[in-house]
Amino acid sequence: MACRTCLWLLGTTFFTCTVRLVVEGTEVGATQESISGIQIVTFKWHHVEAPYLIALWILVAGVSKMVVELNHSLTSVIPESALLIIIGWILGGIIYGADKMQTFTLTPTVFFFYLLPQVILDAGYFMPNKLFFSNMGAILVYAVIGTCWNAATVGLGLWGCWLGGAMGDIDIGLLQFLLFGSLIAAVDPVAVIAVFEEVHVNEVLFIMVFGESLLNDGVTVVLFNVFDAFVSLGGAEIDAVEIIKGIISFFVVAFGGSLVGIIFALLISLLTRCTKNIQIIEPGFIFILGYLSYLTAEMLSLSAILSIVFCGICCQKYINANMDERSVTTVRYVMKVLANGSETIIFVFLGISAIDPAVWVWNTGFILLTLLFIFVFRFIGVFLLTWILNKYRLVPLEFIDQVVMSYGGLRGAVAYGLVAMLDENKFKEKNLMVSTTLIVVYFTVMLQGITMKPLVTWLKVKRAAVTELTLAEKIQNRTFDHMLVAIEDISGQIGHNYMRDKWHNFEERWLCWFLMKPSARKSRDYIFNIFHQLNLKDAMSYVKEGERRGSLAFVRNETKADVDFNKKFRASFSEIMPDIMADNMGPDHEAEKGNDIVPSVCLDMHEQDLTMRESEDFNAHHLLQQHLYRGRKQHRHRYSRSHLETNRDENEVQEIFQRTMRSRLESFKSAKMGVAPAKKIQTKHQKKDKPQKVRGEGTFSPFLHVRPHSHPLIGNVMCMLCNVYVMLCHF
Amino acid sequence: MIWCAAVLPNTNTNSMNRWFSCFLFNIVTPAHIVRLYDRFEALDKEKTGHLRPQDFGAINRLAMNPIGDRIIGAFFSPGQETVDFHSFVRILAHFRPADKKRPKDPSMPEPVNSRTSKLKFAFQLYDQDKDGKISRAELLQVLRSMLEMQVTEEQLESIADRTIQEADLDKDDAISFEEFRKSLEKVNIDHKMSIRFLR
Repeated sequence: MACRTCLWLLGTTFFTCTVRLVVEGTEVGATQESISGIQIVTFKWHHVEAPYLIALWILVAGVSKMVVELNHSLTSVIPESALLIIIGWILGGIIYGADKMQTFTLTPTVFFFYLLPQVILDAGYFMPNKLFFSNMGAILVYAVIGTCWNAATVGLGLWGCWLGGAMGDIDIGLLQFLLFGSLIAAVDPVAVIAVFEEVHVNEVLFIMVFGESLLNDGVTVVLFNVFDAFVSLGGAEIDAVEIIKGIISFFVVAFGGSLVGIIFALLISLLTRCTKNIQIIEPGFIFILGYLSYLTAEMLSLSAILSIVFCGICCQKYINANMDERSVTTVRYVMKVLANGSETIIFVFLGISAIDPAVWVWNTGFILLTLLFIFVFRFIGVFLLTWILNKYRLVPLEFIDQVVMSYGGLRGAVAYGLVAMLDENKFKEKNLMVSTTLIVVYFTVMLQGITMKPLVTWLKVKRAAVTELTLAEKIQNRTFDHMLVAIEDISGQIGHNYMRDKWHNFEERWLCWFLMKPSARKSRDYIFNIFHQLNLKDAMSYVKEGERRGSLAFVRNETKADVDFNKKFRASFSEIMPDIMADNMGPDHEAEKGNDIVPSVCLDMHEQDLTMRESEDFNAHHLLQQHLYRGRKQHRHRYSRSHLETNRDENEVQEIFQRTMRSRLESFKSAKMGVAPAKKIQTKHQKKDKPQKVRGEGTFSPFLHVRPHSHPLIGNVMCMLCNVYVMLCHF
Repeated sequence: MIWCAAVLPNTNTNSMNRWFSCFLFNIVTPAHIVRLYDRFEALDKEKTGHLRPQDFGAINRLAMNPIGDRIIGAFFSPGQETVDFHSFVRILAHFRPADKKRPKDPSMPEPVNSRTSKLKFAFQLYDQDKDGKISRAELLQVLRSMLEMQVTEEQLESIADRTIQEADLDKDDAISFEEFRKSLEKVNIDHKMSIRFLR
């Protein structure tokens, strides 16, 4: 407790001192003139001014975050982003008080070139690809059509109200309204993540909002540039040709941006393929090339955000396979540090920028109408589009999902950056727009952020109260989930099968050959991954037991069974096996103990169970809640800006796999005991193994590929174990 | 249908009649059948025209499913060791969304993807000995496979007891099909037991 208050005081005094120093520092230094003797120590402020200020601001932002995170109960009610904005206000107030003007604001250059790229790169790099691409259709619909709808309706609505006189007398026209609409319409990825950190939603819903926020940049950039050009041209010059050019530019910008990103992803993958000898600086390439992709797209006036997103999305798999395990960890961690840091700085500066009376123009009508329109039209847009989409989806988006999606359409710093870029001479009412944008951002981030969780709880509780599941229903629901997953696996089809198969084939044959290191390709093998995670001890004990019983007699056993090679095994294996985040294992995430009553939005509702009447009843329900295996559908993906945990679901998968193998082995043993044992099996295996066994080269089976120079004992263990596996498959 | 016969060489007239009955109730379309046949062939590595349990076992992901082996078992009728293509399709057809517009005609046999048939399929997953009832032991087996290893035997038994208590209406310490159906009347079976490609 004392420690906390100390930190608080320390934090606040630090702020004031820092700011004071900074402010005074800008005044000192002008007094350096002629030298009258040797100076032992000099105060050379101007010498270090620029980098010092930058470093100091980063420090201040970091300390603000620390202050914000001191109190966890506060951050669970008010999202961190809102608190950072408040701190920004305080700091802005201090600076303004000292300087009488706002010396530090969030300038578009700094924002778009130095703060935004790493946030988006982080989003792209950690994107769950499978989920993203399987929902791509819906995401594109929301991103493109939804954003256009929002832009058009807000722009036209405001124009209509202006014509009606609701805003008084301002120097503005239809085109400017449309431009304003287009920049305020876009959902912001930074804000969305910041708020969805607290509200856990199901993965489909999450990917929809998140994907939309990333992809709508293509639309926003085009609309912004088109309307900007239109405003410069003047209303009279606009004819059908220009409009057609605008539409074409959309396609060019969007696809061009993505193409640039993909090209850079290819470059990165190729590069990491050759960096075996400079592993220590491998991680640097990712960041540099990612940043270059952003800048290149910006240079070609294409969508920079799309470029860096696709760069991250496309290169994840290959760089994770090519790079050394430590480099992969470094990249992931540094990515998170940069993204988190940037986000903090962005929100603090959003707060500071507001404390600048020069910028504030208050027009009640404009501001209130903007707020109203973006809110209402977002709801209408989402519900309309979802209604259309649900006709083509097997699992429809439910009402609560739609509400969360509409309510979660937050605007953020991107809108502010765009509005700050407007030319004052063309846009007489720039300050009005800036003020409105700031208010919109504060409204969405703070109010909607704070009320999101209670809203969802209220909706969910209403629904949950209606259905109180019995034990049988709970068990059965879970059984159904497992059943569906199994049937999907058996029938081999999930969704758009043909295209996906084609893509997989193409990818396996050409891309992996081109972009991955040869050793990485081999160790990508799926079975090998499972084996790597299978507890080695268990596997050894199966073999030992089988040998004792005699039913594994065919296994060539050139080493004594009691040699302890666990340790050696693991050590040399860690070289061969980088920690690959293969598709089938899924990206890292923390399995939330979610309530499976209502599938969509989860807020850790098992406290509700405490209201159960009988304690026995409660026990049974609680046990089920905690210990039922989750199954693939339930693995909640949680993309998090601040958490980087390993996948706990892997333990579950490992456990299930071991149990299945164990039970198969037992039924195999009991079935085959005493019934023409070794001979039949042996011949089968000899036939199978002959073509693949090439002594001395180290490839022992179709399933397991081992590097040639591995430990000889390992080779034999591999042989034994692969035979176990092959045998198990032929059960 | 004749086109299908050309594509699927292993069918005989008896199964053709059964195809016809499938089509009659419009459960599986020719396009589905072709796709499923591709899958069947991919699984049937030794090209015998039948699938054996080990062919299913070769599907890696099933090993990571707690009831994977039970599902495999459901494909095989009691006593049979192989599954031919017709049975394969028939079982998968259970997972087609039910046709709500189908008129309820009591004289026609229940289509394979109706709510009742789906429930029967689920029931049979539990009822391994096919006596029409889920006994306590059978329920324990399923629970055991679906719960983590750290759950103790007594906890398991208490869950099983409570479940039977809730669902068992005629107090015979076992769950019959009717009781099973009744306990799940509020669950949207159609939604829970349908997969995408079979739409």
